[in-house]
Order: sequence, then C-alpha cells, then structure tokens
Amino acid sequence: MEEQFTVLDLLDLDLKEHNDLGLTCVGGRQGLLRAITTPDLNRPGLALNGFFDNFGSDRLQIFGRGEHAFVDKLTREGVLDNIQELFSRDIPACIFTHGLAPPAEFQSIADEAGCPILQTELVTSEFVMRLIRALGNVFAARETIHATLVEVFGIGVLILGDSGVGKSETALELIERGHRLVADDAVEVRRVAGNILLGQGANPALGHHMEIRGLGIINITHLFGVGSIRDDKQIQLICQLEVWDSQKAYDRIGAEERTLEILGVATPYLEIPVKPGRNIPIIIETAAMNERLKKMGYYSAREFNQNIMRWLDSENARKAYLQKKGIT
Amino acid sequence: MIEKEVTVRNRAGIHARPAALIVQTASQYAAHIEFKKDHETINAKSIMGIITLGASYNSSITIAADGEDEEEAVESLVRLFENRFEED
Repeated sequence: MEEQFTVLDLLDLDLKEHNDLGLTCVGGRQGLLRAITTPDLNRPGLALNGFFDNFGSDRLQIFGRGEHAFVDKLTREGVLDNIQELFSRDIPACIFTHGLAPPAEFQSIADEAGCPILQTELVTSEFVMRLIRALGNVFAARETIHATLVEVFGIGVLILGDSGVGKSETALELIERGHRLVADDAVEVRRVAGNILLGQGANPALGHHMEIRGLGIINITHLFGVGSIRDDKQIQLICQLEVWDSQKAYDRIGAEERTLEILGVATPYLEIPVKPGRNIPIIIETAAMNERLKKMGYYSAREFNQNIMRWLDSENARKAYLQKKGIT
Repeated sequence: MIEKEVTVRNRAGIHARPAALIVQTASQYAAHIEFKKDHETINAKSIMGIITLGASYNSSITIAADGEDEEEAVESLVRLFENRFEED
C-alpha cells in the first residue's frame, strides 16, 4: 500500500537553497489533492495547438515563456477549445515558470476543472532540472532497514546485525571518536540517480536520537554537538555484526571482494564477528580507511599477496642458480 | 509466518513508554517480528524503529511474525494493543 504523492505534497517538500522549487499555488486550489503518479514532465505546446495524440495527461504540465505567450494569444483571440480539452484530460497540475501568471480565462477554466495552477519565479530550464531531481527522490525505490548508519572518515558505513549485538554501542563509540551519526535503528534507504544508495533517518522530523541499553534514549545532537550528525549519506560499505560462531569460517585474507545487494545495488560487504575483547569501532574505522584506499586503487590484501609471490619467485630463482653452480 | 492487523487504541499513540513495552514483549520471543504501517516496515525489537513509525491514535498496524514461537508472540503483542498499553 504505497502512499499517494499529491500536488500538496509537492508544495510541502522541504527543499533548501539550490534545490528549492519556489512553488506557490495561484489557482485551482480544490484540486491540490490530485495525485502525481509519475516523475515525468510534459511541455504542452502540441496540446495547446490541438494535437492530443500520445498526450502525457498523467504528467505535470510545464508552461514556460513560449507556452504562456501562446495561451495569452489564444485567450486574446477567444479560442479556448484546446485549453478546455487540455483540462478535460485530468492533468495533475499546471506549473508556470518565470513568475508568469496565466490569463483570467485560463484560470477560470482550471478552477472549473479543479486543476491546481502553480507558479515559480525560476526560469524553466533550472526549474525543470530541480523538479526532475526532487521527483526522482520522491519516486525512488526505498526500503526501511533495521540498521545504524554512520559516516566514518567520509565513508558511509551501514552497520547491520540482530537486536542486541551492539550496533548502537558501536556507533556511539564511533561518534565519541569524532565520526558522525546519520541514523540509528531505522534507516530509510533510497536508490537515487541509478545506482546510488542514500540513507537517512526513517523519520527525519524526530532528529538524531539513539537508544542505548541501560541509558535509554539519548539526543546525539545535544550531547556531542551538530558536528557529530549528518542528515543523509551515501552507503558505501556494509558491516554485518554477528555473534562469533566458532564453526564459521571468517574471511582471513580479504583478497576477494564480497558485496551485498540492497534495492539492486551491490555494495562492499564485510562480516565482522563480535566477541568480548574485540574492539568493533576500531575495526570499522579501519575497514572504512581500507575502503578509501581501495577507492584510490590500493588493495592491502592483494598487494601483500603479490609481494609474497614475487618473493617466492625470486627465492626459486636463487635456489635454481645455486643448484646449477653446485653450491646447495 | 503469520500476520495480524491491530489498531492503536490509546489516545496518546505509540510514544516512548508503549514502544518500550512492545520491544520488551517482542524481545521475549525468538521469532522475527515486524510492524508494518503504510509503506514502512520496521523491526519490532527496535525502540527507535517503533517510535519513528509515528503511530498515532486509531492508526492501524500489521504485526507480522516469523519463527517457531510466532503465534505466542503475535498473541501477546495483540494483547498489549487491546489493553491500550494500560493507558487511556
């Protein structure tokens, strides 16, 4: 049961600075609860000219300077058929850019049809870019995961594990060591821009809190300062904490790359066994630094193995040489 | 795997105290238990998860449990909701 995204939700999106859509509603208010079902947009030039084949009626209709001038011309000439036809198609909303206002006749047809008219001061190309980005986020595939997300040395580390294995405690120590908390316990993961996994708190309105057994709920922002939190972060490494199982073979070399898929995106994945005496935060810190090295093209385990092979090679050559000389 | 739908009956909704009660109860069972509200699914053994669901008065939640003791788990969680978490 997916929640509907309505025109009102679009107006309510809390976007800042270079993401701000600057939208206001200038007409057709009774239609604000119309649902937007697709992230696609349409420039209704052809439709205004009377050509309705393949018309994207489920899309937001963007009126730039050209469309506005054409609507203006149509209304001045009293030719309203195409505008009426346009609004009979149940479009979700019309958006005028450049701070342009539609003519009164257009307004009244929209009001009658109950179709909201929105306006923004932005120029069309910039507005369309921002809108595509915003709707891309809204319609992105998403999943809420029981995990903790921290930023360690600039790497987004998602800590997975069963209840009580120590995810929050590990995150707390990482925060204490100067890293940042993104979300604890309930992480909402979205797939954006194709293959980027973005994680944030499942309910951003509630702020950055953690539950630590024995302490209760604590406010991280107040305790450790705003430098210790982050609103969202790309997930670049996944650490699965699990109780040490002596029967299980854990990775001892780390030469092969393991990945875990979330929402179809494969992310580097480590299984970290937990037992008393193992300092998990330091292991995660090291894993994050190692991940950064890998991004720079340096693989500790692989490099080590290459050195060994080179050494074995030279040792073989030395033995062969000595044998040949009869010095063994 | 069994599922059951419940409604939040206490006026204040699921705030910290009811959430703690739910987690305490859920943690007594080995089964994997999830709460679903609208399109969100969270682990019922996580306090922050349950609070961030934002379950207010009269909202409905689906309890899903999977594991050996799933029936007992769902039964005792449903009882919590029916008793309004001992609130009004």
